[in-house]
Amino acid sequence: MLFEALFFQLGYNATLVTFGATLLGVAAGVTGSFLFFRKRALVSDAISHATLPGVALAFIVMVALGFDGRSLPGLLIGSAISAAAGLFAVQWLASRTRLTEDAAIGAVLSVFFGFGIVLLTVIQTMSSGRQAGLESFLLGSTAGMLYADAILIAAGGALALLLVAIFRRPMMMVSFDPEFARASGINLDRTDLIMMGLVMGVTVIGLKIVGLILIVALLIIPPVAARFWSDRADRVVLIAGVLGGLAAWIGASASAVAPNLPTGPIIVLTAFALFAISMLFAPARGLLISAVNHRKFQRGVHIRQGLVSLAQGQPIYEPLTIRLLRTEGLARADGVPTENGIARASRVLRDEKRWETARADPALEMAAARYDGLMQIEDVLTSDQIAELDARIGGPKGLPA
Amino acid sequence: MNGAEFVPLSLTPLLIGCLAAVACALPGNFLILRRQALIGDAISHVVLPGIVVAFLLTGTISATAMMFGAATAALIAVAMIEGIRRFGHIEPGAAMGVVFTTMFAGGVLILELSDTSGVHLDVEHALYGNLESLIWLDAIGWGSLLDAQALKGLPPELFRITVVVALIGILLALFWRPLAISTFDEGFAASLGLPVTVISLGLVIASALAAVAAFDAVGSIIVIAMFICPPAAARLMTNRLGAQIAWSVAFALLSAILGYVLAGYGPLWIGGTNAVSAAGMIATVSGVILAITAFAGPERRSVN
Amino acid sequence: MLQIANAENVRAEAQFLRESPFAIRGLTVSYDQKPAVFSVDATFQPGKMTAIVGPNGAGKSTLIKAALGIIKPLSGQVTIMGRPVAAEMHRIAYVPQRASVDWDFPVRVIDVVLMGLFRKTGLLGRLSGADRKHAMSCLNRVGMTDFASRQIGQLSGGQQQRVFLARALAQDADLYLLDEPFAGVDAATEKAIIAVLKSLRAEGRTVVAVHHDLSTVPDYFDNVLLLNVRKIAEGPVETAFTDANLSATYGGRLATARIDPAAVAG
Repeated sequence: MLFEALFFQLGYNATLVTFGATLLGVAAGVTGSFLFFRKRALVSDAISHATLPGVALAFIVMVALGFDGRSLPGLLIGSAISAAAGLFAVQWLASRTRLTEDAAIGAVLSVFFGFGIVLLTVIQTMSSGRQAGLESFLLGSTAGMLYADAILIAAGGALALLLVAIFRRPMMMVSFDPEFARASGINLDRTDLIMMGLVMGVTVIGLKIVGLILIVALLIIPPVAARFWSDRADRVVLIAGVLGGLAAWIGASASAVAPNLPTGPIIVLTAFALFAISMLFAPARGLLISAVNHRKFQRGVHIRQGLVSLAQGQPIYEPLTIRLLRTEGLARADGVPTENGIARASRVLRDEKRWETARADPALEMAAARYDGLMQIEDVLTSDQIAELDARIGGPKGLPA
Repeated sequence: MNGAEFVPLSLTPLLIGCLAAVACALPGNFLILRRQALIGDAISHVVLPGIVVAFLLTGTISATAMMFGAATAALIAVAMIEGIRRFGHIEPGAAMGVVFTTMFAGGVLILELSDTSGVHLDVEHALYGNLESLIWLDAIGWGSLLDAQALKGLPPELFRITVVVALIGILLALFWRPLAISTFDEGFAASLGLPVTVISLGLVIASALAAVAAFDAVGSIIVIAMFICPPAAARLMTNRLGAQIAWSVAFALLSAILGYVLAGYGPLWIGGTNAVSAAGMIATVSGVILAITAFAGPERRSVN
Repeated sequence: MLQIANAENVRAEAQFLRESPFAIRGLTVSYDQKPAVFSVDATFQPGKMTAIVGPNGAGKSTLIKAALGIIKPLSGQVTIMGRPVAAEMHRIAYVPQRASVDWDFPVRVIDVVLMGLFRKTGLLGRLSGADRKHAMSCLNRVGMTDFASRQIGQLSGGQQQRVFLARALAQDADLYLLDEPFAGVDAATEKAIIAVLKSLRAEGRTVVAVHHDLSTVPDYFDNVLLLNVRKIAEGPVETAFTDANLSATYGGRLATARIDPAAVAG
């Protein structure tokens, strides 16, 4: 069944829903990346929880005016208004009082949500049964979604993506280097506003499928996962979009197969699985690679330091250093260096001296700055430059007796 | 107020609400000062899977199992957040967002998939609690407070939250100095030999215990309001740490009492019939209090 | 013949370490495989004031924090009078950088100074009248008695630094480690702080400070440690604080103060 769901075989409605969810996932991943770069990921949590009173109030107003309280466009407009109010409240609290942004986010998140719950219970008493649809906005549900709703969501996702494409340059520059962006003539506040507006848009669109509690996951997890694949901001944005879309696609399909389970959690768990794979195994910055590199680096540094001490006749205290020198065949068990060790030690000492001389020369400053604790100077300077350094050092001296 | 109505139906929910608010506000003071307010957000979300897993493993909803489950979930969450932050070089907010949303999603899914029909553990309850249901039917009036038989029928949640508040109060008194010093200047605290990581974890665990004890009353999302709003409002009222704690307790109690009363009796006063969510109202009132102090609190402005 | 750690040079080294109130051997700290501090050896002399200087990003703060165990080094050993630093922390008073603290924290000046007495009182010990008197006298030494009840956020940069120093004085330590104590303070505060540090030296205590202003090094300090990720030089100001060493430390970009050792000595 899952296979059919994934490849849009389950019927027109299910196909549309899955397609809409995928677009949403891509939009969320992409938009969330900019938030992530600006280090404001959790503001989206406040925005999403702040939608609840708006949804409830929209319902009440629509019913009072005689319309169907569950009309999606109306509910989404209401959610957007209260989300905007929430965002404004966060900025206001953070800038006008001594409270920090995290406290402002938490306060707005919980208070707006609490008020929304109060309104939900009011609706419950108004006419039981009519509000049954509203609670699905908490955790998301694709079950029984109307054709029109699915179109709305898909269109919303597409629109969000279009806006990102239009505004990607200023948003990218502001995320990466706000000062430089400002110097290049970009209006920081307006760009931030656009970014937040997009976040709000994606949140509002995602309310129905993923639910307000978990939409933040779709805005945060894909960019974080994408981060492990690349160091380049534009690539991260693209990969985040792909991962977000993937998570939504798989998640929505799985949810179509199990209609009484809420959709949001399934999509989120899928996103997390993609994140876990990325964090562990991604070649650029994955943990596996990092751990291996770190060990290699640590061993290299210890051996090099040990050799320098050997060359200068200084005692070595660190047991790890002594052990590594022994395993590399550079010293014997009793601490006396081997032939190999003596040769390596004198080479390392010469390298160190060359680096030291290079650092004192302003012309070689750039090259000298590349030293990372292990690098050989032959990898950085030409043999002419090295010969000149050697002339300044004055030829190989005998090692201290 | 008619004792025959108040004591069985309103006294215990009110007490539990008050104690839950205070239990969360106390550690919340330090979470805010450490700019870790969103750890409160994270803890409130991960309490759910902790309790659900504990329930599944033990088959009961015993209080100790829940506490243990919540504390374990909090520790796992913190460990994962630290791991992602340190080894993945991801900023703390994003790391938190990844972990707590996933754990919450997992908790919800397990809840839906497993058979919890025999137990009052459902998603709505988890989100916004069920304070109104924590009643004391064995009571018939104020006299029941002295009736040993009736006292046996008190809701167990009351004992739980009382123990937790007492515990947190004692821990706070005991570790006041290390908490204050390490919150103010962590490097200096480390140089004094204070175990700053342990202190940090201790605060998180205390918060998790408060969250799970308050869970029954107000559900996980409103717990965040209790962690943050009363202490934040208190922060805007004073420059002394001791006074801040006192103000936060006062605001917490005010939120709980006013919130509960408005939820239960408010609709009646304006012509409606049914009560609205007490938990939601408590959170709303705490927000209103914060808004008032944000506009008028004596120390609301930042000094720099 | 080349040897590692024979009995004789180990004993000599151990003796050397025992006489030093603060000695660092082979300290390396790296972030993400870029070394912040690399293989630094430094031996600080008792009863002297030593400056640690170097360009931005040279690892000066990192050196101190790693030596104290506040951050974890990749390798290295640190001793106080020959004993491992972890066991001797009570002999050290550490004054971190002012910027690392939340000055909006709800605490008064006197409360900050009393934090310095934590080792003495422990978790629950009552602060006696004598303790408060001691704290006030520390505030007096830095000229801040009138500010005792102020909230710290209301102070200027110089006043905050003095309060930090008073807290360190309250600890009554043998070794004082200060991270940029003169950064962003007014001239009057700078004079007050250096007077206090010199009085500490007169009492036989050891002072080590990360210092950012090269022009005042010869006036204020006896010894200097030049650091740029690795140690460039250490020793008395007269012999170690030379043009050659400075250009090796700062990479020849030092166009400002030209230090003339003769002028310094004379």
